[in-house]
Amino acid sequence: MCLSIPAKIVSIDGDMAEVSVGGSLFKAGLHMISDAKIGDYILLHAGFAIQKISEQEAAETLEILREMDDALNKEP
Amino acid sequence: MSGNITLNHGEGGRRTHELIRDVFMKKFGMVEPLTDSAILEGSLVFTTDAYVVDPLFFPGGNIGKLAVCGTVNDLAVSGALPEYIACSFIIEEGFPVNDLLVIVDSMAEAAENAGVRIVAGDTKVVGKGKCDKMFITTSGTGMLDVAKKYISTGERIKPGDRLIINGSLGNHAIAVLGARKQLSFTTPVSSDCAPLNHMIGEVLNNCNGVLFMRDLTRGGLGGVLNELSEIMGNGIVINESSIPVDEPVRGVCEILGFDPLYLANEGKVLIVSSKGMENQILDLLRQDPLGKDSAIIGEVTADKGGKVIIETASGGRRIIDMPSGVQLPRIC
Amino acid sequence: MKYIDEYRDKGLIAKLADMITASVRRDYTFMEVCGGHTAAIHRFGIPYLLPENIKLISGPGCPVCVTGTDFIDTAIAYSQIDDVIITTFGDLIRVPGSESSLEKMNESGSDVRIVFSGLDALEIAKQNPQKKVIFLGIGFETTAPATAVTIKQAEKENVGNFFLLSAHKVMPPAMETIVKDGTSLDGFICPGHVAAVTGSAIFDFLPEKYNTACVVTGFEPADLLQAILMLVKQVNSNNPEVEIQYNRAVTVNGNQEARQYLNEVFEYCNARWRGFGLIEDSGLKLAGKYERFNAGSFATVEVSIHEEDRRCICPEILRGLKEPGDCPIFAKSCFPENPVGACMVSPEGACNAWYKYKVSR
Repeated sequence: MCLSIPAKIVSIDGDMAEVSVGGSLFKAGLHMISDAKIGDYILLHAGFAIQKISEQEAAETLEILREMDDALNKEP
Repeated sequence: MSGNITLNHGEGGRRTHELIRDVFMKKFGMVEPLTDSAILEGSLVFTTDAYVVDPLFFPGGNIGKLAVCGTVNDLAVSGALPEYIACSFIIEEGFPVNDLLVIVDSMAEAAENAGVRIVAGDTKVVGKGKCDKMFITTSGTGMLDVAKKYISTGERIKPGDRLIINGSLGNHAIAVLGARKQLSFTTPVSSDCAPLNHMIGEVLNNCNGVLFMRDLTRGGLGGVLNELSEIMGNGIVINESSIPVDEPVRGVCEILGFDPLYLANEGKVLIVSSKGMENQILDLLRQDPLGKDSAIIGEVTADKGGKVIIETASGGRRIIDMPSGVQLPRIC
Repeated sequence: MKYIDEYRDKGLIAKLADMITASVRRDYTFMEVCGGHTAAIHRFGIPYLLPENIKLISGPGCPVCVTGTDFIDTAIAYSQIDDVIITTFGDLIRVPGSESSLEKMNESGSDVRIVFSGLDALEIAKQNPQKKVIFLGIGFETTAPATAVTIKQAEKENVGNFFLLSAHKVMPPAMETIVKDGTSLDGFICPGHVAAVTGSAIFDFLPEKYNTACVVTGFEPADLLQAILMLVKQVNSNNPEVEIQYNRAVTVNGNQEARQYLNEVFEYCNARWRGFGLIEDSGLKLAGKYERFNAGSFATVEVSIHEEDRRCICPEILRGLKEPGDCPIFAKSCFPENPVGACMVSPEGACNAWYKYKVSR
C-alpha cells in the first residue's frame, strides 16, 4: 500500500502520463506535479505521481555515502 | 476437512497440499511422495492436469499450447520420454469456432514440437454460463528408464548438491495478468510456455548428475523449494542475485507487490545436480534456446530444520515460506 | 532499475553495516511507523545486518492494521445493498471483519472489485451509471491526496454515483501518542513517502518536545542503513533533530500541490486506531463542500461493536510494546491464510512480515 516506486515518464496526455518501470507501463495522474516532462522520474503511488525524484539529490546521497566510508577508513 | 472449498485450495500452496493429502491421497490410497507424474509398473509414467487459464489467449500462447506443454513437462521432469497425450474439452455454449480452431492448431503445433502424439480425447458442451468459455484437461504417458526413478523422489539428494533453473522467473504469470487488462498496465512480457523435454533429454543423455527435477508452475520457485525441503528434510539456501528475473517482470512485481519467487512459470524447471556436476549440466542446458539463461541458484544444506533461506541481493538473509494466500487465481 | 538498484548494491550495504557496527556505544531502540518500511526491513533482511544492540520495532504504520473492525463491517454492510459496487485496494480484501470479510462477501454474491487507483474506481462509476460505486479510502498522507484528486475529478466530471468511505489517517498524532504513553524508544525511522507529500517539518515537534531522534527514510536497503547510522549518531551526540536521509524525494515543505488537494477536500477529525482507541485530529473526513461524496449521503448502515478476539495482541504490537513472536497464537492458529488479526493479513503488517521473512539468528 505504501508502495511507491520510481518510474520514468514516457508520454504525457493532459493530466495523465504513461510511466515505465523496467519496461512495463503504468498510468499515472500528474495532477500533483507541476511541469512534469518526459524523461523525469516520479514516485508512483496508487495510480498517481506524488513527487518528482531529484537526480541531483540522488547523486549527492551516493557521493556522501562514499565519502563517509573513506573518512571512516582514514580514522586512526 | 470441513466447510467449503475456497480459491485458496487451488493456489498450489499450503491449503492445496492439505486438500490433496487429507482428501484425495487418503481416499484413493495414494502414497507419499507425490510426484509430478505417477510411475507405474516400473517404467510407465502417467500424469494429468487441468487448464483453466483466464484469459484463454495471452502473449506467448493460449490455453491449448499450455495444455500440451504443461503435461509434456510433467512427464519430462520425471526423467521420462513423453509419448502420448489425451485431451478433453469442456466448452461453453456460444464459444466461437474460429477461436477453437486457433487453440487446436496451437495444440497440434505444440505436440509436433514436443514430438508427442495426441491420440485420444473427449468433448463436452455445457450451457451458457456453466463454464467460463473453455476448460481443457490433458493426460499424458511416457516411458521411463526404471533406474532413473530417483529423479522423481529425490532420494539421492545430499547436502552440498546444487540447484539450477533454466531461466527467468514470472514471465508466464505477468503475461497472463497483463492480458487480463484489469490492472491498468501493459507489459512487453510473453509467457515462457514451451515443451522442455528435448532440453531435458539432452542433459539426461549426456550426464548422470541429475538427482531431481520439478517444473515451476503454480506456487513458483518458492513453492517447489519448500516441497523439496519437506521431501528431503534438509534446508536449502539460494542466492537472490543469481536468480534471473526480466526487468519488465521486476517492474510489475515492484509496483503491484508480487514476489517473483512465487509466480507461475510454464517453461521452467528446477534441477538438483550432484555436487561437482553442476557446470556440466549448466553447459548442456545453455546449448538449448529454452535454457540460455540457466543459472546455478543455490544448494542443499546439512541443516536438518528444513528451512528455505534466501541470501538477498543486498547481503541480508530471510526465510522463503510456502506460498500462502491467493497470489493470482487462474494463472494456468 | 534506476533509483532502485544503486541502493541495493551489496558492497555499499556491507560498508554501511560496518559503519553502523563501528558507531554503536550502547543499546538503541528505533521504531518505524510505515508499513512500507516494515515490509522492506524484513524483505531485505536488514535485522540480520545490524549489531545486536540495535532493536527495530514496528509501530502503527500499516493503514490496514490500524483500521478498526467497524470500518470493514461498514463496508461489508454497504456491499450487501443491491446496486452497490465496492471498490478497494487489494490489501483490504481479506481483512477479517467481525463475521466476514470483503473477499467472502464477493464469493457470496456482493460486487467487490480490487482497484489500484481511485481513478480506476471513478472509471467503474462512469461505466456503471445505474450502480452506486463506493471507494474505500484507506492510507495515510501518502494516499489521501490521491483520493482528494479523485474526488475533485469526480466533481469536475459531474459523476453522481461515486462515493467515498474514508478511513484515511495522519501519522504525527499517533507518533505523539506513542512517545507520550511511554513506549520506550530512542528514535523514529520516519515515513519517507508520507514526508514526500507533507514535508519533513511535520516531525519537528518530536525532537523539540520529546527529545526523540528522527530521520526521514527511503525504502531501499541503503536508505534504511544510512538512516539507522544517522539515528545512532544523533543518539550518541544527544542531539535529536529531524534529518532527511531520503532527500531525493523529500524536502522540508513537501509537495505543495498535493497538500493543497488534501487541505481543500479533507478536514481533520477524531479517529479510532486499533490498539490506541480514539486519537484526536488524527483522521481525515470530507470537508463540508464535498459531503455529498460520503457513502452515508445515500444510505446509512448500522454496525454493532464487537469485541476483538482476546488472544490477538495486535493492539500491543501496533504500539511497539510486544513483538509478533510474543503472541500466543502467532503461527499457531494465526497465519496469512487464516488470519485472526489485521497485522497478519496485510503484507505491511508486522506479523505478516515476521511470518514470511524472519530468520532467527
